[in-house]
Amino acid sequence: MKFDTPATTNPIDQLKVVGKPLDRIDGPLKTTGRAPYAYERHDAIENPGYGYVLGAAIAKGRITAMDVSRAKAAPGVLAVVTAETAGKLGKGDNNTAKLLGGPEIEHYHQAVAVVMAQSFEQARAAASLIKVEYERAKGTFDLASAKDGATKPGDGKADTAVGDFETAFAAAPVKLDETYTTPDQAHAMMEPHASIAAWNGDKLTLWTSNQMIAWSTGDVAKTLGLPKENVRLVSPFIGGGFGGKLFVRADAILAALGAKAAGRPVKLALQRPLMFNNTTHRPATIQRIRIGATPDGKITAIGHESWSGDLPGGGPETAVQQTRLLYAGKDRMTKTRLAVLDLPEGNAMRAPGEAPGLMALEVAIDELAEKLRIDPIELRILNDTQVDPEKPERPFSQRQLVECLRTGADKFGWARRSARPSQVRDGRWLVGMGVAAAFRNNMVMKSGARVRLEASGTVTVETDMTDIGTGSYTIIAQTTAEMMGLPIEKVAVRLGDSTFPVSAGSGGQWGANSSTAGVYAACVKLRETVAAKLGLDPKTAEFADGRVKVGNQSLPLVQAAADGPVTVEDFMEFGNLAKTHQQSTFGGHFVEVGVDAFTAEIRVRRMLAVCAAGRILNPKSARSQVIGAMVMGTGAALMEELVVDKRLGFFVNHDLAGYEAPVHADIPHQEVIFLDETDPMSSPMKAKGVGELGICGVGAAVANAIYNATGVRVRDYPVTLDKLLEQMPLMA
Amino acid sequence: MKAFAYERARSPREAASAAANDPGARFIAGGTNLLDLMKLEIETPRRLIDVNGLGLDEIKPTRDGGLRIGALVRNTDLASDKRVRKDYGVLSRALLAGASGQLRNKATTAGNLLQRTRCPYFYDPNMPCNKRRPGAGCSAIGGFTRSHAVLGASEACIATHPSDMAVALRLLDATVETVRPDGGERTIPIADFHRLPGDTPHVETALARGELITAVTLPRPLGGQHAYHKVRDRASYAFALVSVASVIQKDGSGRVALGGVAHRPWRVEAAEAAMTQGAKAVGETLLAGARTTSQNGFKLTLAERALGAAMAQARA
Repeated sequence: MKFDTPATTNPIDQLKVVGKPLDRIDGPLKTTGRAPYAYERHDAIENPGYGYVLGAAIAKGRITAMDVSRAKAAPGVLAVVTAETAGKLGKGDNNTAKLLGGPEIEHYHQAVAVVMAQSFEQARAAASLIKVEYERAKGTFDLASAKDGATKPGDGKADTAVGDFETAFAAAPVKLDETYTTPDQAHAMMEPHASIAAWNGDKLTLWTSNQMIAWSTGDVAKTLGLPKENVRLVSPFIGGGFGGKLFVRADAILAALGAKAAGRPVKLALQRPLMFNNTTHRPATIQRIRIGATPDGKITAIGHESWSGDLPGGGPETAVQQTRLLYAGKDRMTKTRLAVLDLPEGNAMRAPGEAPGLMALEVAIDELAEKLRIDPIELRILNDTQVDPEKPERPFSQRQLVECLRTGADKFGWARRSARPSQVRDGRWLVGMGVAAAFRNNMVMKSGARVRLEASGTVTVETDMTDIGTGSYTIIAQTTAEMMGLPIEKVAVRLGDSTFPVSAGSGGQWGANSSTAGVYAACVKLRETVAAKLGLDPKTAEFADGRVKVGNQSLPLVQAAADGPVTVEDFMEFGNLAKTHQQSTFGGHFVEVGVDAFTAEIRVRRMLAVCAAGRILNPKSARSQVIGAMVMGTGAALMEELVVDKRLGFFVNHDLAGYEAPVHADIPHQEVIFLDETDPMSSPMKAKGVGELGICGVGAAVANAIYNATGVRVRDYPVTLDKLLEQMPLMA
Repeated sequence: MKAFAYERARSPREAASAAANDPGARFIAGGTNLLDLMKLEIETPRRLIDVNGLGLDEIKPTRDGGLRIGALVRNTDLASDKRVRKDYGVLSRALLAGASGQLRNKATTAGNLLQRTRCPYFYDPNMPCNKRRPGAGCSAIGGFTRSHAVLGASEACIATHPSDMAVALRLLDATVETVRPDGGERTIPIADFHRLPGDTPHVETALARGELITAVTLPRPLGGQHAYHKVRDRASYAFALVSVASVIQKDGSGRVALGGVAHRPWRVEAAEAAMTQGAKAVGETLLAGARTTSQNGFKLTLAERALGAAMAQARA
């Protein structure tokens, strides 16, 4: 099915099941510990060997000698694999550095060996017996000093310009010109990258934890030099991904190589201390923002430049994208530059580009509002645009940013905010409020599904879509139930298997809308097939209460499966609507913080997000997504930083004690409001994504609240107390 | 992790003697720190001597009006003990500021004192560290040092001691009771228990090989207002950037000790003469001789301001 004209009324609009805040259907499996995560597939593999990864001890250079003999002779060891013994390996399309290093070392903790043993403990003990000698090479580890040598990234589209920014900015009566920095950040998901690999001849099955099954099946095949059809990936449950599991990582490749070498299935999870330097991270940015405005608050010129770094062949953190679309302004420019750094590989993390970009842009807007003496919400409203500012003929399909901000202001009590900073005290706490716009584009991706009406009357859905904790199982079941006129209990959903039809996968907040649209397409086909089987007119057949009705005729749905299950498959592909219309999601983040007047400790007191993101397929799971994203955004604002040792070239705080992310005590109160919205341009579901919208702008809202509380502006994330302390008011 | 032998000790003396005879032996109580270090092969004991069953888990009044806390009393039990809460509030608060509920349920009084540093370079076996391998050098110096010591550090080590409980015990002038491998007993004033790093940062306490902590004794209560302010980047489950333990009397006199600033809890009794003159006056002596890096200088300002907060609270 192709979606190329705006959606009209369809069975989803009944909203009997879709749009209801239903509990997630996989909840009981998770709360009772029966959800089969990759490392725990005892059901699939009874007696695996255990793999343990040895990471490189240097950031850049080469291995000059390696002695694995003691490890091989250690108790219980089945095999040791290194680059020397692994045979020729390719590299996946989505990998920058090799997943098994040596003799060249590209980054710290790049895998250099994997040990397989009868037990995990034996593998771990043996790994420490491997002797590696290195020759260090000089590396570049500091973005600030590499910045001036940064170049335009590969695709040539890195810069944008409309009008004459420099002239307009120079002429603007009110100017803002500030530089902001965001640090490297880790996904720090609960479940580490983990895989079990089993070979059957030259066919490989990987039970793994991966967000994008089809991409990754291809990359496993490419890395191992196998035909794609010889690789099967199974990933029904994922304990957090956040973009860190979009790609194949060392666990999968080393488990496969290890299983081959050991002659038996191998399970392997990346050790927590390896997670931070061995896998991908969100790259640090340096961002310069210049905005020119008239005294009454109209933006006339807006420019955003961003610098980030990555290994050779890697990509930039695209932090300037939002500035192209968020606010009006005639003369505009963006610029993206990429430096070569020898740190671990940078790549996507929840709202890649957008999250750090808005951490800068939405503070800049707050600063501009102060210069103009205009309320920051009013300034945003003054500069709202209903069309793409670069291409005014291209409207937004829906844009309720103003409504989000107004609703939020009302619910949050924004009117009580003091425009002057450092005015509100509550005991020893300085109290402030901050706001930021949330904005992220809605992408659509081709997505397929297979649906089967069983003889039992259950409809089974199969798609390689993944559920990374987001609620995919539940919204796919809701979609199917709505389409087929069944209660949700009569729908079974099977996900994350490369033998199922290729889906959109979980990434870029496109998963919910795209994958349910694919299920919609398959259900449309099933409805037609069922109606035809029952001798009813497919065009007028209604599906409700487990029955199919045309006029006065009504037959049980299950009757169509009387002589065997009815299976159909289809996909949704998307036409030009995304080009003719800008599809985006919007929100407003509101934050109140307290800052200890003595110690400058920063504590969030309450948060509110108001979101407009198309039809909300399940308000409960969508709310969870936004709440989680707000927590992550708060972490980015206040504590999350992969600290670079600029001498040795590695992320120093590579465990969960050193890399702090917020705990429950950090955020006592969160609220989420979804505005009523349907977007017929997005898909027949009329839905959009929320999982990344939720993090966009949060960090800036926190930083703006800190400024409002203290009068201290910090432009270098995370905003920690040491950056405030010297400017805090003197205390008796 | 290396393979190791495991045994249960039958008496404190037997445990001490067994440990003294085997340099590869370690006591294990709650294991909340040791097991993590063993997994990373930072600690590689050949033999673990389990001291959990030795009956050292009672809190009893002493003859001179103090409390004797068994070495195996769990942090949760100590923090919630009525006598501790009433008379030694600073200790209860310090304990509750540390770790998480699950860890406090396991962690013991003696084990808490013997925690090892959380310096990230100590935790990465690829990085030279004088604590892990004496003479190897210190990779923290010149690196990421935001959390490191500003007082009493050396050219060999700038690590801090992570315990909150120990800061309160230092403030309260606790004494550590031990049994030696020969069966002899001794008491060590808490001020002498933790060492500064000097040239031997791997030697962290006054304990001799095999010597086993049996109890920690608190002298009679001090009265006054007790406070423990642990300053950290997140609200819970984080180590202190700086912590301030204080007991302040009605007249403004009192005691103060700092955590997060040195290789041991930091108290300078002479500084306490200035308690009635405000935090700055106390800080002049308490923080004298401080040496900071480009990243941790804020700790001095922070310590003084946190002490100011404790004083303001005591006046309120």
